[in-house]
Amino acid sequence: MIMLSTILLQAAASATSLAAFAKLGAALGAGIAAIGAGIGIGKIGGSAVEAIARQPESTNDIRTNMLIACVLVEGVALFAIIVAVLAIVM
Amino acid sequence: MKRSSMKIDFLYKGVKFLLLLLALVVEPAFASEAANKETAKEEKFNPGEFIFGHISDAYNWHVTKIGKTEISIPLLVIVKSQSDGWFVFSSAKLHQGIEASHHFEIAHDGAYKDKLVEIVDGRQVRPLDLSITKNVASLLISAILLLWIFLSMAKFYRRDPMKAPGGFQGAIEVLIVFMLDEVIKPGVGKGYAKYAPYLLTLFFFILINNMLGIVPLFPGGANLTGNIATTMVLAVLSLLIINVFANKEYWKEIFLVPTMPSWLRFPIPLMPFLELVSVFTKPLALCIRLFANMLAGHMIAMVFMAMIFIFGAISPLMGTGVSIFALFFAIFMNLLELLVVFLQAYVFTMLTSFFIGMAHPEPHEAHTQAAH
Repeated sequence: MIMLSTILLQAAASATSLAAFAKLGAALGAGIAAIGAGIGIGKIGGSAVEAIARQPESTNDIRTNMLIACVLVEGVALFAIIVAVLAIVM
Repeated sequence: MKRSSMKIDFLYKGVKFLLLLLALVVEPAFASEAANKETAKEEKFNPGEFIFGHISDAYNWHVTKIGKTEISIPLLVIVKSQSDGWFVFSSAKLHQGIEASHHFEIAHDGAYKDKLVEIVDGRQVRPLDLSITKNVASLLISAILLLWIFLSMAKFYRRDPMKAPGGFQGAIEVLIVFMLDEVIKPGVGKGYAKYAPYLLTLFFFILINNMLGIVPLFPGGANLTGNIATTMVLAVLSLLIINVFANKEYWKEIFLVPTMPSWLRFPIPLMPFLELVSVFTKPLALCIRLFANMLAGHMIAMVFMAMIFIFGAISPLMGTGVSIFALFFAIFMNLLELLVVFLQAYVFTMLTSFFIGMAHPEPHEAHTQAAH
């Protein structure tokens, strides 16, 4: 961790323009957003499949609710992507 | 006799469906073929320009490139210069030199990159720009399509109210009844009839525009809902409809909740401020959710196709090898995009109807006092 920050500090000191660091930050942010979306949607999918296993008759209702929850979680991850794209472009 | 004709009917429908699906997936195949031809020429492939060129707005509608000639439809440019008044001309003139285009040009760099600017005293000045760009033309096309579909449906019902619709009209009726029964009635509650026209229009507008965005050929492919201006207008409309027609009880619950401890209201009104912020962030989330989903879906499809070109630039063999995987990925992403298209339209309408329902709460005091 300390070595990483030392390397970053050296690179920043000898850099002519700091645009590259914006791109680094943006890429890291997008990756973390993908992790968040993956965990969230994975949990939703897992509990939906469990619920279907318990009561197969209500598959349609469960599937509808699962898709709605997935869209909302995906929306949050895409907010982070928009911020990352703004960091690269601006 | 009837059985076999039904089977042939089904076969025709299946073939039509397959042709439609094929139209959706055929573009990546052309991309892989074009990439292997491109490596023979010396043009350097710029992936950023390729991707953003397809996603962002433009002053002409680039349809395709056959061989070496580009085929694009020039659209109308309508600008009001700051000094000389209104100019209306075809955007083909923008590429014919600065004199032909009345001193307007598309800026290549600077603050107004890729926008129409006027050169005044050597500086770039942005005029009042009401041009028909690609997105505006797509909006007009989808508006005409929507009007055509729904006016013909209304005529069908007016002509014979008791007849059951079939075919395309039946499909639209299924969608309308689904939205009405599952989303609008439970979401808005009583008085849903007042808001149902707006909510149904919203749903079909977003659906048709999203779907036109993923069709690669003209008149589709303009990515209107991936433009934050469009989604912001939709969100502002929802904001107005939710708040302007809200109950007095709704505003009381935001600013003067009776059960709130008084230190949160005086001297610094923290909770009312937070509630007011949430009034604005809910439509803002709607706007960004739709915009980001459509933009991300398009970018992913474009990135997979660009990968074919990037690897093709290294060597033709790698290009061919990658193009098979990229083809399958692009097809898969396009089909996923189709699901996302439906879901985003559904979620926008569902959340708007829930917010409208929440803006008309029942008063609580009357009940509790009556109970005592």
